[in-house]
Amino acid sequence: MTAMGQALKGLKVIEVGGYAAGPWIGKVLANYGATVIHIEARDRPDGFRLQYPPYKDGKKGINRSGCFSYFNDSKYAVTIDVKKPGGLKLARRLSDWADVLVENMRAGVIDRIGLGYQELKKTNPGLIFLSTCNMGQTGPRAATGGFGSQLSALAGFCGLTGEAGGSPQLLYGPYIDFVAALVGTPLILAALDRRRRTGEGSHIDVAQYECGAFFLAGLFYDYHANGKIVERNANVDPVAAPHNAYPCKDEEWIAASCWNDGEFKRLAEAAGHPQWAKDKRFKDPGGRRENAAALDELIGRWTAGQTADALVDTLQGAGVGAYKVNTCADLFTDPQLTHRKTWRVRKHPEIDYQAHYFPGFDLSEQPGDVTAPAPLLAQDNQLVFREFLGLSEEEYLELEENGVF
Amino acid sequence: MLLEPYRVLDCTGQLGWLAGRILADIGADVIKIEPPGASLDAPDWRANNANKRLLSLELDSDAGRAAFLKLAAFADFLLETAPPGSARARLFDPDKLREANPKLIHVSITPFGRTGPRAQWQASDIELMAAGGAMSLAGEPDGMPLRVTAPQSNPWAASQAAVGAMVALTGRAATGRGQHVDVSAQAAIVASIAHAPASWDLIGVNPLRAGAFMTGRSVHGAVYRVFWPCQDGYLNFIIYGGIAGRRTNQALAAWMDEAGADLGVLVDFDWAKFDSTQATQDEVDAMEAPIGEFFMSITKAEFLQGAFEREMLGYPVNNVADIAHDPQLEARGFWADLAAPGGGTERHCGGPAVVDGQRLSIERPVPGPGQHSREVLAEFGFGAAEIDALIDDNVVADQ
Repeated sequence: MTAMGQALKGLKVIEVGGYAAGPWIGKVLANYGATVIHIEARDRPDGFRLQYPPYKDGKKGINRSGCFSYFNDSKYAVTIDVKKPGGLKLARRLSDWADVLVENMRAGVIDRIGLGYQELKKTNPGLIFLSTCNMGQTGPRAATGGFGSQLSALAGFCGLTGEAGGSPQLLYGPYIDFVAALVGTPLILAALDRRRRTGEGSHIDVAQYECGAFFLAGLFYDYHANGKIVERNANVDPVAAPHNAYPCKDEEWIAASCWNDGEFKRLAEAAGHPQWAKDKRFKDPGGRRENAAALDELIGRWTAGQTADALVDTLQGAGVGAYKVNTCADLFTDPQLTHRKTWRVRKHPEIDYQAHYFPGFDLSEQPGDVTAPAPLLAQDNQLVFREFLGLSEEEYLELEENGVF
Repeated sequence: MLLEPYRVLDCTGQLGWLAGRILADIGADVIKIEPPGASLDAPDWRANNANKRLLSLELDSDAGRAAFLKLAAFADFLLETAPPGSARARLFDPDKLREANPKLIHVSITPFGRTGPRAQWQASDIELMAAGGAMSLAGEPDGMPLRVTAPQSNPWAASQAAVGAMVALTGRAATGRGQHVDVSAQAAIVASIAHAPASWDLIGVNPLRAGAFMTGRSVHGAVYRVFWPCQDGYLNFIIYGGIAGRRTNQALAAWMDEAGADLGVLVDFDWAKFDSTQATQDEVDAMEAPIGEFFMSITKAEFLQGAFEREMLGYPVNNVADIAHDPQLEARGFWADLAAPGGGTERHCGGPAVVDGQRLSIERPVPGPGQHSREVLAEFGFGAAEIDALIDDNVVADQ
């Protein structure tokens, strides 16, 4: 940390909800210095704590989930049962303290709990309240609840993945949740900027389905303007050929592409087959696209006996775009990600050492960090309620007796 | 608008276009810089450069570079995608630019980041999706790794760049100083694969391509179908366990019954006893057979509506046309019809959120070549004679 402190130092964020879409926003804010409090209820903890592997040593446990911890590093965790006496009031007190509230429940649920924006802004008019859900807060299907992995199908991504004419394919996890988190986060910080100027708070209604459209914006333009419907087509590109994944030794793969004749000539030479570039089937991009199957087979035969690392070194050395198809394991040894310190290992009381993802942008003066492992359930009740909110010991004990924590 | 009209110089190529579009949609004054004569017709260019102004400026000339430095001295943000080590990257030197303008937030968006052993490696979308781990997780288990057919590395990099730009702006509010934001598309894409890396990190299991089936849920190794053919395409539906799964499964069985479909083993099925983690493949196959037949009798639109009304989990596999005609997006005023060149309108994604009940508005249609060159240069303090000279020397193009 530099003398200037972190960029988001002093920003107070609370999260209601769980899983990925909301917590990912909080994680990124926390990595750049915000104080982020993840709120759960003891009888309804974040679903990622108990619903998905991996668990430490394969043993399920409320504080053993690597899935939960991956999305919640650098945060504080508290528990509030809003149905117990004083619980709702405590949640209100926390929202009065906060600059930002992020919630990702089904549309309307937070209002029913009594923590809706209209209610909270009465006592905290500067609050920036971001709601993110599948369909948004309004519209005929607003009430739809659902998982991001399935919403990624509705939003077009699964249909755009797979062989032409074959089955759509899964993308790992709730792809669209992270899309929505990234589109939503700048809005929070822009709303804060307005608040600095005007004092006004905001309610930001983010529909994950709509955010997905931004990641396919050119396709929608092409459809609306020209009626064109782009469908899944394996690794085919409308311009580049070759453009594919090629098998290597030891079940590794590389991705490689040529965007012009010069690149293809260099690939052919690097492969020891300069005659490919003279073959009349492959002499121009159109020919290479038309005969891509034959070309891919030739390239695949060349790559099959070699390691991915050797191949990409050869191709990059020749000025041809190529990269190993990194598996999750490879991501931890990738020299470039290592250089950027993408993985930050932190020690967790129950999980022990875990590698946390640091976002894809580095700030030169206020670089941010993974400041702590993910919190245990209810880990920070004392700290947050007593020190941050200033509850007296009496008040705290009373709430504890009421079962609020 | 949320953002005061901060001025953004957007010198990006496709890797960064969406960053400027996001900043423009939340209220910044984004000035896209393109060389005179650049083609601005590609659907991707148009979609990602709406809501910006356009300055046609040749940066491959001494006079153009001098003009750029003058602009950068008075801008709040610079967004750029210059390849590390290139002449353009030397023009966009973070230290020099901030020496001239300490408030500048300079966002570099490159395939691998500005520094590091592979910073100068060449990569397009497919190499980046490979480098970020995404391709290793998409495709049939016995097939090849796949990318999403529409490039995703650009929006992943650009959206993280927009976050980085806003984090730096928040920092600037406290310190008065800008900073350099170095975005790596490869590192940005790692966010797309959720917690998959944690599986290797914690339990030594390397997740691989999942194909069209859900694996790893049954202790007997049974796989569950995810994508089901229907009358006009595919549906995404999974026989989940747990309470949410049970509710969905019961609702589907009731729907099938109402429709007079053959229920097979699902007649009087005891969903309360069903445990998806204990099912064998034979049991799963027997359950899936009648469901598969029923789905073949309905359309994607019927499934979407029926599943919504019955509060079931599951969605159809949409294509762009399905999404474009979805009444939900229409009702929320998502699409923006902007003035098109030569009259009429063209349809774009509207603002990315509804703020205080209002859809963020798109203030400007897609700009044309040179459209704002004169006004932008004048606003940055260039005199009329100076502007004319730049135009005469073909450094700047006018409308």
